[in-house]
Amino acid sequence: MSTPSVASRATPSAKAGSAPLLREQKLWGWIFLSPWILGFLAFTILPILASLVFSFTDFQLTEPSEISFVGLDNYAKLFTDPLVKVSLGVTFKFALLSLPLAVGLPVLLAALLNSPFLRGKRLFRTLFYMPYVVPVVSAIFIWQGVLNADSGWLNRLLGLVGVAGPNWLDDTTWIYPALVIIGLWGLGNAYLITLASMQAVPTAYYEAARVDGASGAARFRYITLPMISPVIFYNLVLSIIGLLRYFEIPFILSNGTGRPGDSTMFFNIHFYKTSFVFFDMGYGSALAWLMFVITLVATGILFLTAKYWVYYAGAERG
Amino acid sequence: MATAKHVPPYPTIGGSYLNTPRFYRLQLRRLALYGSVTLFASLVLVAFLMPFAYMLVTSFKDRDQIVASARGPVLPVDPVKYEHAGKLLDVVNVEIDGVTRHLALLTKGRQESVFVDPAAPADEPIVWQGSWRTLKPVYEFAPRTGNFAEAWNGIAFPRLLFNTAFIAFTGMVGTLLSCVAVAYAFARFPLPFKGVLFLILIGTIILPKQVLLVPTYAFFDIIGWTGTWLPLIVPHFFANAFNVFLLRQYFLQLPRELDEAAMIDGAGPLRILTSLIIPQSYPVIIAVALFHIVFAWNDYFEPLLYTLGKPDLQPISVGIQQFNFIYSQQPHLIQATALLGMILPVLLFFFSQRFFMRGVVITGVDK
Repeated sequence: MSTPSVASRATPSAKAGSAPLLREQKLWGWIFLSPWILGFLAFTILPILASLVFSFTDFQLTEPSEISFVGLDNYAKLFTDPLVKVSLGVTFKFALLSLPLAVGLPVLLAALLNSPFLRGKRLFRTLFYMPYVVPVVSAIFIWQGVLNADSGWLNRLLGLVGVAGPNWLDDTTWIYPALVIIGLWGLGNAYLITLASMQAVPTAYYEAARVDGASGAARFRYITLPMISPVIFYNLVLSIIGLLRYFEIPFILSNGTGRPGDSTMFFNIHFYKTSFVFFDMGYGSALAWLMFVITLVATGILFLTAKYWVYYAGAERG
Repeated sequence: MATAKHVPPYPTIGGSYLNTPRFYRLQLRRLALYGSVTLFASLVLVAFLMPFAYMLVTSFKDRDQIVASARGPVLPVDPVKYEHAGKLLDVVNVEIDGVTRHLALLTKGRQESVFVDPAAPADEPIVWQGSWRTLKPVYEFAPRTGNFAEAWNGIAFPRLLFNTAFIAFTGMVGTLLSCVAVAYAFARFPLPFKGVLFLILIGTIILPKQVLLVPTYAFFDIIGWTGTWLPLIVPHFFANAFNVFLLRQYFLQLPRELDEAAMIDGAGPLRILTSLIIPQSYPVIIAVALFHIVFAWNDYFEPLLYTLGKPDLQPISVGIQQFNFIYSQQPHLIQATALLGMILPVLLFFFSQRFFMRGVVITGVDK
């Protein structure tokens, strides 16, 4: 994000010292800004504060009048609730598998679509992006069929080459690769912005490297990757945030039961059930704050490491 | 999207090389490279889109074809039958003298079977040595279109469509009004702490919605908005970080001189916005509108929350989800439902992909 520097180059007439005009300009500015200011107060600040307060109470939406403070009980419960450990473990296990792919595959796909030897680039770009706009429920319906252990096309294809495919959706181990495969259809945004940033790398760099005798792989490693590292970083941050919010795919697949076993009891599903099925909103708020703290810590660590591997051309930093 | 001019993959071949063996060798190598890269990308694409083919062929099958296709044919096909002397016979592939013929099986036997040729029914029956069990049936392409009507009525598609469209379009109006105004404020007005405010706005992207969800839900519940569309529409009238960012980036690159000229001519800020900024920004405004429609079509969590127990109010995403269980033994209906659910956003995307994809690039790369 570029830091706005517009204030300094405000309208010249305002600079010339026309105070009433400047005041009028500011007033209009606040008017135009007001939807966000109001929304930020009503739908962000107020709920955050309320959520913090709720997390110290036994608030139940079914009996809102019987609210009372319980101190740190909800936070103590985070350590004793077995589902917290299970759901964090599930989320972490899934992260180990899905994060490298969520970051790596868009880069590989973008490199392929950026190849000077590819014909029909526009068509490829559009078709690789298209599954991104397929509603998640439709996508799950489709993948459920494709991943079916007996009649699914994936296992039938594997059968053609003599491999007995696993029971993707009903096996506590194979469910994770299955979730990752379903998630591949959501790579559209990530690969598209990676591709755009690859195309923005000045060609002079590649020419210079070629004159120096660098191979294609070396050019990719020492020019392309550093130049697109801000986008990789951005994708990584969004993926980590997305992991803690991961909900739709496992929820619709298992109807919210966490089947098979507790293998799809992701953190956000546990939060949803606590808050909106059992209406235990005090404890639900504590769960939400745990999620918030984990997100902050994870992204904070990422931002600290950024200076070692993320390359920003010029002075602008995100 | 700015397409960077790529370097020619090989040193350009000057006129003096033309028609020399070296020229042809290089040309051949280039062709081979183009061919192999494009072929590889096509294979990846086919694998990537293969599930859509599954959805299409499955949605055109009926129940019997589904059962038959569990191990057999992939396409919606029926085994060919032939009526002979009042009986329906199976038509099978028989290899006789190295030629495969389509014959109707008259007498089944382990050692030898007897066939009638449907092309020449008056001829003598054909005797063939071998077990009839080894013979493969002949299929004919027979797509069934009844699933779409059944799914259309079963899920009450018109109502779901209306609900989704209403929520999506009113929300879109709110998003456009509020985000354009807020982006205009950030792009053009001398406000104190503007930089800090903008960072706060962008910071809300990493805020997990769950932290806000419990109190927001409780609030909407207390004022009686749960079980209505209002929680799915009204918040969009208060701008959101992604779209404001996108619009602001675009507004910032529009020339200021026009604004200033208009201002000197006496145009107010609102006038400048509506007759200068907005007409110049239609690509990005279209992108924001598309983003919102696709978002609303996809959104699952909040509609689930706020329309729980009100099937009449549910949008497509929530409405069709329950059919996963109702139709769990009928994959043809599930796939027909999936197709109904995705057809509009996918068509919209194909017709407007230029705006859509350019918008994605601006939000992603400028950050």
